[in-house]
Amino acid sequence: MSNQILSVENLSVSFKTEDGIVRAVSGLSYSVSAGKTLAVVGESGSGKSVSSLAVMGLLSGSKVNITGEVHFDGKQLIGASPEEVRALRGEDMAMIFQDPLSALHPFYRISAQLIEAVQVHRNLSNDEAEKLAGKMLDRVGIPSVDRVLRAYPHELSGGMRQRVMIAMALINEPKLLIADEPTTALDVTVQAQILELLRNLQNDFNTAIVLITHDLGVVADMSDEVIVMYGGSAVEHAPVRELFYSPQMPYTWGLLDSIPQISGTDDRLEPIPGSPPSLINVPAGCVFAPRCIHKSEVGERCSTEYPELLSVGVDHQARCHLSTQQRNSIRPAKASP
Amino acid sequence: MSNHIIKVTGLTKHFPISAGIFRQRQTGVVRALDGVSFEVNAGETLGLVGESGCGKSTAGRTIMRLVDSTSGTIEFDGQDITHLTKRELKPLRRDMQMIFQDPFSSLNPRQTIGDIVSAPFRVQGIKPQGGVQKTVQEILQRVGLNPEHYNRYPGDFSGGQRQRIGIARAIALQPKLIVCDEPVSALDVSIQAQVLNLLEDIQQEFGIAYLFIAHDLSVVRHISDRVAVMYLGKIMELTGKQELYTGALHPYTHALMSAVPIADPDKERSRERIILKGDLPSPSNPPSGCVFSTRCPKRTDLCVQTVPELREIKPGHFLACHYPEAASTTAHRASGTDFLN
Repeated sequence: MSNQILSVENLSVSFKTEDGIVRAVSGLSYSVSAGKTLAVVGESGSGKSVSSLAVMGLLSGSKVNITGEVHFDGKQLIGASPEEVRALRGEDMAMIFQDPLSALHPFYRISAQLIEAVQVHRNLSNDEAEKLAGKMLDRVGIPSVDRVLRAYPHELSGGMRQRVMIAMALINEPKLLIADEPTTALDVTVQAQILELLRNLQNDFNTAIVLITHDLGVVADMSDEVIVMYGGSAVEHAPVRELFYSPQMPYTWGLLDSIPQISGTDDRLEPIPGSPPSLINVPAGCVFAPRCIHKSEVGERCSTEYPELLSVGVDHQARCHLSTQQRNSIRPAKASP
Repeated sequence: MSNHIIKVTGLTKHFPISAGIFRQRQTGVVRALDGVSFEVNAGETLGLVGESGCGKSTAGRTIMRLVDSTSGTIEFDGQDITHLTKRELKPLRRDMQMIFQDPFSSLNPRQTIGDIVSAPFRVQGIKPQGGVQKTVQEILQRVGLNPEHYNRYPGDFSGGQRQRIGIARAIALQPKLIVCDEPVSALDVSIQAQVLNLLEDIQQEFGIAYLFIAHDLSVVRHISDRVAVMYLGKIMELTGKQELYTGALHPYTHALMSAVPIADPDKERSRERIILKGDLPSPSNPPSGCVFSTRCPKRTDLCVQTVPELREIKPGHFLACHYPEAASTTAHRASGTDFLN
């Protein structure tokens, strides 16, 4: 496709540690197109953040091993020189983080940080850059722009800081925005404001968004396509409605049944037993098998053979040894309302 | 009602703000709690929900007498405990326990699980039948941990398991009340559900009352019998959970509920939402009149001038708003039905 902004193929990331090699991400593939949002959902340690840091070229050092391909706008980023990646980062691809207080520099005024973000990539004078910064702050819904420009990060509230981060990320109108848990540190009413803002900005700039989150409500709200990650791999990949109304993988079922719904009934929650796996010395077989309540229906294979990510519907893939028949009888697709 | 385990009346906590390096002088106060009244009945769960800085955690800590209140009274099991000394409080502590948000900082890393969970027995000088170790191992088993973990250290456990250790410590003496301060917000969703189920089971088994403090409305809705919504140190609305989620009358409650994203794309995208403008005002300089008036979509002059008192407008339904009826006629209510059913 011509409007495909980012495509990731077979991305693997491992870290050397004292305890052994941590396989943080194994064989992840996806792509995002302009104006679309891909949500990457998973629990802590599932590899969702590490994979996007690798895409942004923010992982380096002798202890990290990254393999696979990341094509951004036609350019291969894995193996590209740091200078090449740096030229793209902040201009064509940008990232916002969970905690804006630690992502903003505490000693510089907001104006200085925004101006720097512009001048690194564009040949603008201080005045022009500051004007642009003011315009962008206004665009992200900051009420008293002049005051905020002169402020230091600690003088702003959490919601304001996140707006400043978004302004900084979008000031060069990037084609791709990676948002790593952008609203997790915020209160719900502020979260609603920020999500609304991201949606509006995406419409205006036609940005492709990779949204990393653990909150299935945010996924339902924002995304076009969803990847569910567990233990470093994608275990299900589907269009958003498919994922919620016809999920095909026991881990996704478990996630959906674990969340108390504000609109739900008072049914008892059905948690996934056990706890997430260690990614050191990953055993053979399916990573989810130790916690899977359906593995007896398959038998031996779950603990001996690593399931492939196979097509289970239109644009829908799942990593599971259960047969289609078994899946349909365990969890028939919800008729969409 | 007579069967309340805790009754709080007009509870106020003001934290002083000081300035100056050599001579500290007080320049103002943070009104963390401003006249909060509620009661928790034996064996029930009262949810206390609100955004950060609304005073919900301060409420929990003040009730536990971990911080002293500025004014107001706290009655525990029929006894006024507002001004009891530490020594006088000690025997009561066996009936009131607390579970904390952060399972990493609330457990001493140098103590074994056995030491941690048997601490209540040691402190209170209680010798259970069959010995402390056996009792503690039974409790560990009850919260879903392996009794053989008795001699291990918190560092060996994951977040969810640590929270189970915290729960084991809290239920060791079978208290009448547990104040749960954000007990699941540090946990992943699949683990969160395990801990919520455990808390429900324990309540059923031992008849413990919970004051469940959380910012997550879905979680509070799931576990509570009644819910109090707090904003800037005050209770805005307090009612049974069914009533709150189907017939809420406070504009802030509406906004809070409509802000929670629903894990269902069709419902999520078709519902109407109220997006509040602005941020929470500072509790050191709260707005005059109704504290919510600066962000309220229905504000009038009356709201800016006069503080709406929390009053019982229906049996069991308390509300602090000048315009309770107006809420039911808004578009939100009409379109809200589809996400509330």
